[in-house]
Amino acid sequence: MPCLNNHVKEKIKSIVGAKNFLDSVEDKLCYSYDATALYNQMPEAVVFPDDGEQISKILKLANEELFNIVPRGSGTGLSGGSIPVENSLVVVMTRWNKILEIDDRNLTATVQPGVITGQLQKEVEKLGLFYPPDPGSLNVCTIGGNVANNAGGLRGLKYGVTKNYVLGTEMILPNGELLKTGGKNYKDTAGYNLRDFIVGSEGTLGVITKILLKLIPVPSKFITLIAYFDKLSDSAKAVADIISAHITPSMLEFLDNTTINCVEDFTNIGLPRNADAILLIEVDGRGSAVDEDAEAIKKILKRDGASFVHSAESEGEASKLKSARRSAFSALARKRPTTILEDATVPRSELPVMIEKVMQASRKFDVTFGNFGHAGDGNLHPTCLTDERDNAEINRALKAFDFIFNEAIKLGGTITGEHGTGLSKKEFLELAVGIPAVDMMKKIKLSIDENNILNPGKIFSISPRCEGSLPSSRDQIKDYVS
Amino acid sequence: MTKLNSNNLLLSVLPDDDVLSQCIHCGMCLATCPTYELTKLERSSPRGRLKMIKSVARGEMKISKIFAEEMNFCLDCQACETACPAGVKYGSIVEAARVVIEESGYGKLVSRFLKYIALKIIIPNKSLLKSTARLLRFYQRSGLQKFLHKSGIFKMMAPKLAEIDKLSPSVSSKFSDNHLEEKIPSAVPTKYKTAFLTGCLMNVMFDEINNDTIDVLKALNCDIFIPKNQVCCGSLNEHNGDFETAKSLAKKNIDAFGQSDYDFLITNSSGCSAFMKEYGHILKDDPEYSGKAKIFSSKVKDIMEFLADVDIEKKLNTMNDSVTYHDACHHVHTQKIFSEPRKVLQSIPELSFNELEESTWCCGSAGIYNITHYDDSMKLLERKMNNIMKTDSKIVLAANPGCISQLKYGAKKFHVDVEIMHPVSFIKKSLNANK
Repeated sequence: MPCLNNHVKEKIKSIVGAKNFLDSVEDKLCYSYDATALYNQMPEAVVFPDDGEQISKILKLANEELFNIVPRGSGTGLSGGSIPVENSLVVVMTRWNKILEIDDRNLTATVQPGVITGQLQKEVEKLGLFYPPDPGSLNVCTIGGNVANNAGGLRGLKYGVTKNYVLGTEMILPNGELLKTGGKNYKDTAGYNLRDFIVGSEGTLGVITKILLKLIPVPSKFITLIAYFDKLSDSAKAVADIISAHITPSMLEFLDNTTINCVEDFTNIGLPRNADAILLIEVDGRGSAVDEDAEAIKKILKRDGASFVHSAESEGEASKLKSARRSAFSALARKRPTTILEDATVPRSELPVMIEKVMQASRKFDVTFGNFGHAGDGNLHPTCLTDERDNAEINRALKAFDFIFNEAIKLGGTITGEHGTGLSKKEFLELAVGIPAVDMMKKIKLSIDENNILNPGKIFSISPRCEGSLPSSRDQIKDYVS
Repeated sequence: MTKLNSNNLLLSVLPDDDVLSQCIHCGMCLATCPTYELTKLERSSPRGRLKMIKSVARGEMKISKIFAEEMNFCLDCQACETACPAGVKYGSIVEAARVVIEESGYGKLVSRFLKYIALKIIIPNKSLLKSTARLLRFYQRSGLQKFLHKSGIFKMMAPKLAEIDKLSPSVSSKFSDNHLEEKIPSAVPTKYKTAFLTGCLMNVMFDEINNDTIDVLKALNCDIFIPKNQVCCGSLNEHNGDFETAKSLAKKNIDAFGQSDYDFLITNSSGCSAFMKEYGHILKDDPEYSGKAKIFSSKVKDIMEFLADVDIEKKLNTMNDSVTYHDACHHVHTQKIFSEPRKVLQSIPELSFNELEESTWCCGSAGIYNITHYDDSMKLLERKMNNIMKTDSKIVLAANPGCISQLKYGAKKFHVDVEIMHPVSFIKKSLNANK
């Protein structure tokens, strides 16, 4: 019997207004998923709050009536962070989409969480400023979602990830209070660093309502290179050699043959269908240093066996290449209907070994992988091409990922570089960070959210309450499908 | 009751589970969907609609009012298909869902009735369509239309209908198929043996554009074949879920055009070229027509596509205009025609060609969407007109009759000082500029 019954729904409706409340079966169905494969669950209702006061009241009510809150942006997450749990109310923040301020004296932007990442980038670039984090879904995803998951992107290698650009946050806590962290100060050592702690908390600690972001001057020059390789191992060696030559490109992306073909099917931009791998590289900065870096990289690429190296001749060509790379995950769905994408990450020096481990997993468990990712920062996207309707194959795919995660950890790596733990990797969290760390996380969570109403069951499980029917760990999925 | 059985029968119209499972709900479509932009609701997004259709097809959800509304709220602009890396054929899936809705009785009664009259009775019957157009022409020219609007009677009786009435394009003084010769041979030996579709609405509402198209083909020394017994291409029927009429119209056209030998079947309406390229697909299981349909479709060329491939550049004369270009959905999203019109237009000497922001966004015309969803359509039109204003162009080119009517209406409604033209008319002006 869900605690979110009709009586409680009426109370929620009176808080947000009937027009901002949805509970038809059609709407519940349409908020039962995000971009994560295999997981879905219908919420009891969906709300679009107008202001902070409404959110505050909803959170208080959730504590009184014991229903769960699942905050959501555009629903493009890849670890299940915004997938509803049992007995839950989805709080959608996409209508909070105003850029409140761009301060070009302090180089900051103040935004509401529903602002689309790509749109913010366009706006700040008009003023000669730059917001580097660029997840593959940047034209769709929200800043709020990026902060909640500490999203990365193609430019992570040189510019870092979302956490490197968050100066402050405002978040409504489960008790309804507003927590403000950080500010426009570049240096701030007052107390615990709560701001960085909120980044990547995956909606388990509060509902983010405002974000203060750091901006930097936009680089004046970009050179985009593409290199084809007949041997995948040569491309991995080239990546290692570029890094050890002390060059830091802004982008150093890798696509294997399967990915190249799917992306080419979608974009028709003339990618080499027979190449074993391609590298997409961008260097940026000012003046002649950029040219020097590009020349040095070209030399390394050729020395390491690239069969073809080309620099984009126009901004248009460069942007086509980058868009093509961003489509990789979804384009892989051309092969099979279910694409399980993970983001195991290893120290950069171990990248060639990790690529080999993914191929080993593919052979050992008889499943197909497309492999691509941010080679420069060791963040791979091994993507299993499968079909959720084939239980036996899904089982093998999950075993393959078990293998991959374990190998990544053995290499000193981690289970997720930029997508977050969510539902899909929580089973591996202890292995990755250790029992004391997970214990501390749980204690912190419960001290802020004593009734465990905020996105429960994400990152880790605290109690089985109201996580019941959702296959929330891989073991459960295995039971469920077998 | 037999309802369940008939439902199962109905659902067989929907694509199979393999097709419906292709969407991985990654959300890449959200940024390009005009209706999602309007409501910011998942159910108004391509992936939301696909999720609902999949649930209905699997028998997990019933067809409902909300389901029907959302399928009809969709513009079928297919911008999501262009954006979809996974290659989901969204347009045909939604069109199939509309069939299910119509048959299950969830369509709106009035619009169903009007659609029935228009699509089943008038459009497939050429002489009836022409008679209707004559009636409308009388209404438009006799002063009756003007009187109803000026006197305020229309506004008082039915304010929304009054606006919709203004949307309908003026009926041409002549109908193309009445005055165009069936065979127009080239004066000199020719490389280009063409046939031409006069269209249904183009024939009665846009005779001038048809004439301009013929003049451009003549200037290129084409042989032109215009069969008298050709009919509407059937796209309007297809988009509204009436597959049977669409197929029968397709067969009639295959027979009509089949009487002559030609290499290119030219159309100047992007909806027609898009759909006639699909004849091969829709008739693939028809033993008599499958082969003929495939050949027919392979010859179809939109006029802008054709012009990009022929030697026209040297014949184009200086035009000192500033123009912008709106991409019709059936061009850019359905047929992926994007660079071709730009290539032709940009080869006109001295022309200032200004790219339109969001040129590939639907203008809200979308078949009869501006009638069935007037208010939503106007929001999209306003956005389009704002973008047009930003280009500072005096002329807007659009290669689809629906877009042309909608943009003309938009220019009036939102007071934007621009002329709306079909690009082929502009090309004709350039060809004749030195004469």
